[in-house]
Amino acid sequence: MNELVFFINNVVIAGSVTGSIYAIGAVGVTLVFSIMRFAHFAHADMMTFGAFMVLLLTLLFPSAGSAVGLPTAVVMLPLAMLLTATLAVGIDRAFYKPLRAHGVKPIVMVIASLGVTLMLQGLIRLFAGTGGQSLYIDDRKEIFRLALPFEGVRAPIVITEPQIILFVLTIAAVVGLHLFLSRSRLGKAMRAMSDNPDLAQASGINTNLIVAVTWVIAGGLAAIAGTLLSLDVTFKPDLSFFILLPIFAAAIVGGVGHPFGAIAGGFVVGFAETLAVFNWSVLLRPFRDSLPEWLAQAGNLAFVGTEYKIVVPFFILVAILVWRPTGIFKGKVI
Amino acid sequence: MSTQHSDRRADLVAAPAHFPRREVALFSALLVAVLGVYALMGTAYSTRMLVEAACYAILALGLTIQWGYAGQFNAGVMGFVALGGFSAMAFSVPVNEAFWASELPGELGLALLYLVAAVLVVFGATRLDRLGVPRRLRTLIAVALAVVLYIAVIGTLRGVTDQIESRVDFVGGLGLPPWLGWIVGGALAGGVGYFIGKICLGLRSDYLAIATLGIAEIIKAFLKNSDWLTRGTATVSPLPWPTPGPAELGFTLARALYLSLTAVLIALIFFLLHRAYHAPWGRMIRAIRDNEISAAAMGKDINRRRLEIFVLGCILMGIGGGVLGTFNSLFDPQGYLPLNHTFLVLVMVILGGPGNNLGTIFGAVAVYIIWIMSEPLALFLMELAVSVGESAFGWEVVGNLDSRALQARVFVIGLLITLVLRFAPKGLLPEKVIHHG
Repeated sequence: MNELVFFINNVVIAGSVTGSIYAIGAVGVTLVFSIMRFAHFAHADMMTFGAFMVLLLTLLFPSAGSAVGLPTAVVMLPLAMLLTATLAVGIDRAFYKPLRAHGVKPIVMVIASLGVTLMLQGLIRLFAGTGGQSLYIDDRKEIFRLALPFEGVRAPIVITEPQIILFVLTIAAVVGLHLFLSRSRLGKAMRAMSDNPDLAQASGINTNLIVAVTWVIAGGLAAIAGTLLSLDVTFKPDLSFFILLPIFAAAIVGGVGHPFGAIAGGFVVGFAETLAVFNWSVLLRPFRDSLPEWLAQAGNLAFVGTEYKIVVPFFILVAILVWRPTGIFKGKVI
Repeated sequence: MSTQHSDRRADLVAAPAHFPRREVALFSALLVAVLGVYALMGTAYSTRMLVEAACYAILALGLTIQWGYAGQFNAGVMGFVALGGFSAMAFSVPVNEAFWASELPGELGLALLYLVAAVLVVFGATRLDRLGVPRRLRTLIAVALAVVLYIAVIGTLRGVTDQIESRVDFVGGLGLPPWLGWIVGGALAGGVGYFIGKICLGLRSDYLAIATLGIAEIIKAFLKNSDWLTRGTATVSPLPWPTPGPAELGFTLARALYLSLTAVLIALIFFLLHRAYHAPWGRMIRAIRDNEISAAAMGKDINRRRLEIFVLGCILMGIGGGVLGTFNSLFDPQGYLPLNHTFLVLVMVILGGPGNNLGTIFGAVAVYIIWIMSEPLALFLMELAVSVGESAFGWEVVGNLDSRALQARVFVIGLLITLVLRFAPKGLLPEKVIHHG
């Protein structure tokens, strides 16, 4: 049973954490993809920017959280979302809109977004340095240990406070997004534009407004994802290219243009990563006596070492592009 | 036949040739800049800069045929450069006698044989449906076999590589001339490019960018963590040069010799690309880039042509990476950075003129000079800002100022990319499109 608890701690909880972060990131990517029709490479650095804003605000008001009973970083999140959304809209106005007006190919927009990535990276590292930093300035990371009421189980299930906040926020974001896209007028207009931009414009939808709203949502979600990632581990300014691949893989696995597909894709990629680096020999230990010797003696049965974690999303990406380029939920091939 | 050669049809004549004013002006400015660097920084330093710029020119030529000729965007130049550098290292470094004297080469060979056998067995399992096995069952068998064999083979391989690391440090090189490594590096990069291109080129162009970005990070992770093959973070140096090294001739002369070698290489590549560009093949590639549908309607095999040009570009990047790695005389997998080896090359191409080989070479040298000179400039500006800040506002100086100042260059490269795309999308020396009729 201890092994099972170990499995829950290292796969179920860790996988859900990574999965939620990838899912929220992938939703932003897929929204931009479906409205503006290009892969937005600067998304990972928008996440970092959001986390950095949270860090700055937390440094400015270190004790704001204790008044509410939550970590200060979480209290500052809405403000950071607002700032990141403003940044996203500003970037669009300054860099993407003129290119769109020229009617360039989508791949040129991709290159422009790489330029934006570098600019954001440069700015963030210029001010934040290159080292890691914890978002918990004054607060203490609460760790909950749930002991299981079974005979012979010594190891408790461990879950930390930021992980609980993460699950709550993910569910809130998903439900909010669903209500927005399916009930509100703007959300319906967004879906119309993702289906057929020309028709949407002809039927009187203000496409400029939709683009701006998309950036606001993408920026806000990026801020949430970046902050949650930094809360779970630490704030690192140089994550971008490592987080970009799993997020894109998640968006493509779910089918480009499907927000809910992106969420599913995020969990697929997150769990695949944790399952691939999990050492399966731990689970075999209770059956040691009944196994053939070569299997019982194997010390390390992980599929890939943690240093090759990035191979997993790439492998998933390749597999989905080969077998089902439209994604599991039949996204658009735009 | 002779009449066809002498009087060309009127509608095939290109726009009237005039004096290439723009080219002459830009290249003279470049010459002045190079001479300025020589006057300021001394010959040894400046020659090193020129050699590195020449290596980058090879990389840029590789990217310009992908992006300029065919409109494919490769965001993972770094990976192909690293492969070339690795291959140059593996071929040219002296033989590690301790490794070859032990029984380890045999064990390694056996493990690799197991790997090949496992791949063949899994491949065979995917073809089981031809023997009448239902397709679903075949998929199940193939996946199960792949998982089991993967674990078995990787376990064996891990055992051997751990032995190599602990007993003989690493496998060492082959002690062969470096140019052989460059060629094999090009072939390796081309092989990886074929694999990526095969998957992505039939799909939306963004997917290629995502996949190349990923494969570059994977190649880097592999080279960094395979200590038995590359010594990983411990780095391998020195790599022997194909020309006499600095120990025999002194820095300036040795580097000048290396520079002439790279110049010959560039001239060769330039000539071949020039011929290809004006050949029917080049016209076909541009036709596909400019109007895919009509090219397909003319009966061109679009995906195959795209794959050809993508692989060709990757081969050039591999060769360039090999030349660069040998010149640095150091193989350090951590030294391969997306900024230095992907985005710098991208800026060179889009600033110089995608699709125009001359413009690309101009862009490579010009951007590299700016890049090298911006390092002292960024430090100087940062110190200036700090001293002003200290005296005027009483700022406190933060630590690691140097590393932060260098981050400003990241910002400048990004800004340059977006500005060029917006205001000079065809670059400083645009591709000359020949209009017929």
